[in-house]
Amino acid sequence: MPSVLPLGDPAPADGLLPAQAADGAESRAFCLYVHIPFCRVRCGYCDFNTYTAKELGSGASQDEYSGTLNTELDLAARVLRGSGLPDRPLATVFFGGGTPTLLPATDLAGMLGQAERLWGLEPDAEVTTEANPDSVTPESLKILADAGFTRVSFGMQSAVPHVLKVLDRTHNPERVPQAVQWAREAGLKVSLDLIYGTPGESLADWEASLDSAIACAPDHISAYALIVEDGTKLAAQIRRGEVPGIDDDDHATKYEIVDARLAAAGYGWYEVSNWARTPEDRCRHNLAYWRGDDWWGAGPGAHSHMGGVRWWNVKHPAAYAQRLATGVSPAAGRETLDPGTRQLEHVMLQTRIIDGLRTQDLGPNGRIAVAGLIADALVDPAAAFAGTIRLTLKGRLLADAVVRRLLED
Amino acid sequence: MSPMARTAPVPAATDPAIIRNFCIIAHIDHGKSTLADRMLQLTGVVQPRDMKAQYLDRMDIERERGITIKSQAVRMPWELDGASYALNMIDTPGHVDFTYEVSRSLAACEGAVLLVDAAQGIEAQTLANLYLAMENDLTIIPVLNKIDLPAAQPEKYAAELANLIGGDPEDVLKVSGKTGVGVEALLDKIVRDLPSPVGDPDAPARAMIFDSVYDTYRGVVTYVRVVDGKLAPRERIQMMSTRASHELLEIGVSSPEPTPSNGLGVGEVGYLITGVKDVRQSKVGDTVTNLAKPAAESLGGYADPKPMVFSGLYPIDGTDYPVLRDALDKLKLNDAALIYEPETSAALGFGFRVGFLGLLHLEITRERLEAEFNLDLISTAPNVVYEVTLEDKKVLTVTNPSEYPDGKVSEVREPMVSATILAPNEFVGTIMELCQSRRGEMKGMDYLSEDRVELRYRLPLAEIVFDFFDNLKSRTRGYASLDWKADGEQVADLVKVDILLQGEQVDAFSAITHRDKAYSYGVMMTSKLRELIPRQQFEVPIQAAIGSRIIARENIRAIRKDVLAKCYGGDISRKRKLLEKQKEGKKRMKMVGRVEVPQEAFIAALSSDDSKDKAKK
Repeated sequence: MPSVLPLGDPAPADGLLPAQAADGAESRAFCLYVHIPFCRVRCGYCDFNTYTAKELGSGASQDEYSGTLNTELDLAARVLRGSGLPDRPLATVFFGGGTPTLLPATDLAGMLGQAERLWGLEPDAEVTTEANPDSVTPESLKILADAGFTRVSFGMQSAVPHVLKVLDRTHNPERVPQAVQWAREAGLKVSLDLIYGTPGESLADWEASLDSAIACAPDHISAYALIVEDGTKLAAQIRRGEVPGIDDDDHATKYEIVDARLAAAGYGWYEVSNWARTPEDRCRHNLAYWRGDDWWGAGPGAHSHMGGVRWWNVKHPAAYAQRLATGVSPAAGRETLDPGTRQLEHVMLQTRIIDGLRTQDLGPNGRIAVAGLIADALVDPAAAFAGTIRLTLKGRLLADAVVRRLLED
Repeated sequence: MSPMARTAPVPAATDPAIIRNFCIIAHIDHGKSTLADRMLQLTGVVQPRDMKAQYLDRMDIERERGITIKSQAVRMPWELDGASYALNMIDTPGHVDFTYEVSRSLAACEGAVLLVDAAQGIEAQTLANLYLAMENDLTIIPVLNKIDLPAAQPEKYAAELANLIGGDPEDVLKVSGKTGVGVEALLDKIVRDLPSPVGDPDAPARAMIFDSVYDTYRGVVTYVRVVDGKLAPRERIQMMSTRASHELLEIGVSSPEPTPSNGLGVGEVGYLITGVKDVRQSKVGDTVTNLAKPAAESLGGYADPKPMVFSGLYPIDGTDYPVLRDALDKLKLNDAALIYEPETSAALGFGFRVGFLGLLHLEITRERLEAEFNLDLISTAPNVVYEVTLEDKKVLTVTNPSEYPDGKVSEVREPMVSATILAPNEFVGTIMELCQSRRGEMKGMDYLSEDRVELRYRLPLAEIVFDFFDNLKSRTRGYASLDWKADGEQVADLVKVDILLQGEQVDAFSAITHRDKAYSYGVMMTSKLRELIPRQQFEVPIQAAIGSRIIARENIRAIRKDVLAKCYGGDISRKRKLLEKQKEGKKRMKMVGRVEVPQEAFIAALSSDDSKDKAKK
């Protein structure tokens, strides 16, 4: 989550949702995101809502966290029921952060158990936790698997020490294959997260990182271009000239490399920054965001979506804990999207994934724009003829421009 | 010390012998308006509680910039040695763009107060106006203002003034408009030293128009100086240049609010209201006479204002075009010098080609359009008027580079100016260098005082309309002052340089330049555009060309990446808002062929900032 929350309408103290949230809920998957706002150290590039132990005051400590979060889950169940949403089992659960595995595996298992008691899990539910390769053991992974986790996503970022150093990542890259091995032995699916375009990373460095990742044979790989966010240590270092800036052309080249390497190794893209070995290995939780499914985001600063209502929690863990302690919804603000805005989001989100956007969902100008996108080799012609906008490699690199052209007035 | 007059002479019944008509000649910032304010207070025509700073500068822009655009006349009573007098202070514009208006204001006076900042000395434009005043045989009263300033050097500048106009430095009055010191003495001196107006009270009426102003409620208010005869309310008057006649609905004097009177007699200054709605029907310099008993000859000196500089004005939002048209129509009512006609630019859409008296006139007009009519405008680089003779002897007048003929040109003539530059002598070298680089020809150089020099140059007008003055100021740390006036034309080796984006000519960037400068213009514009135009989804060549010959080329490489990698744990709102912002940004893009050019690129490319930097290198 970015450090700055959007501007929206105020959210009511009881957290109840507008009627629109319940419309058509049966046809949408129901998912849960759990935010764990703790990190051992804060990475120089990160502007997510995370805190080191020292930064947090009383009432918001790591020990108390799972208890506080369970309180929000209870509230969530009341709010959904009170807002007229049907009871739906969870299709996916995702623990992100921060570093969820800084908490004892039993805490994570406890929160998952609470969610399961409240809503139940679909038979083939996908339950993921993010993890730092440093903060797992064969034992902790076993606990997670036994509790119902099906998947672990390791923040590998890079296999090259000097790149990890710029990112402030503390793990030893040799730890990654080990951690992957343990996860497999525990029966978990594995994803590796990579970052490319870090200042000082050469093409060879990036290829080396990719080779290491592929050598671990994960089920899924995410590769994100480094975004330098205002207010981060890295942004300050770049501003002061201590590290080189970000180069979009370098990012483009590295994206072309990752796509080619992963394709050669048998991974197919299914979202701009995500590749999976088989369609079953795609991260369904991630896809829920792009498909406009429903999810409850629990934890400080977490974002939620139900049927065109988006809301977000207060950011600071102490404020978050305090709200829940007094029975008040932690929602800080929300927006209720009108049909036009929902349509715009639908185009914006659906275009990014392999399912693609149906051309029939476009306005008249958007349909005309498709011809230009085909001419510029940004969308796949055969798919377009069959009624779907599916991005080419070049189109994925220019996805935001494609969306703007599709939405041209 | 003279008291405020106990009885003010009555308009229409005032003996010319007790009338004094004067103006104040001063440079911008030398304190003319403040001095005028003090006079209004001392003579009692404005009560202290009604006083607002710079009372006479009506328009907001005038007050903001501290310059006077529109002149007015104020009648003030004053008493000296027991006799009452009527003083008419005629406010004059101080800028070179308005030389014609200045000359008409001067023609309405018998004397002029030459007001000079005691900390800065005389400036070139003041010299120019002083010259006009002396041409009109006005009596000059030299005055140093701002003597309260710590940096004032009254002795030094008194000597400079005495040296210029003759006379003794001791006779130079020293005043402070701010504190009021010396202002009464100045009023006394005006009464003593200035001649009274002379005219024939029995002759057919003749009055010279020295200003006309459009007022929303009253229509056009015409300011006149009566030379012969008398004008009275309700009679029919005639404009001698057009033979148009109007009924005199109201006649009066400003003191300083309009005050109707029984008429105006010989030597008097006042206003006329006839109900006409357009200042063009009441032209500065024209002579007003009585329709029933017309004068045989006009007072002479009338000339139509001639625009010197042209620029295209385009609304940034194309739908504002009708607003711009209405706004220009309204400004025209009050600005007889403003001319314009609709123009279409492939790059900028619908707009107007507008003629101005000079750069300041352009700037003020643009500011008024933006401030008073809430318009966002792009103005194209100003250009001058060229006379192009084709091989078949046909002559074209080109006011827009896009109209410049392709080939078959036998001769091009460009307007010239003679310029006077005053500056401390340490800057002579850098000024000469600048004038030389602008194709200037030196005509002479004089020392005004030990350390102040006057340089005289003949320059092409085109070389000074863009950024010459800014350059001059920056090279001389602001010390130099400039005055110029039109000075014929010359044959020059000129060419049109076109700028092409992806092979498409962008008319807004075309320029007519001297052949020797075509290359540097091409290089400057292409590299500037390369910086200003964002990368597109395809490669964009930018070329500068003379005809079909490419003289400079730059390339904007295609953008390869335009995608946000992730959505931050479900914060779709943020991503959507970014998209909405980008879409909004796109509305401010102009399409040139397939190339999206931000409005800012047009503004920045057409502004002079970078060329200034270039000159500094």
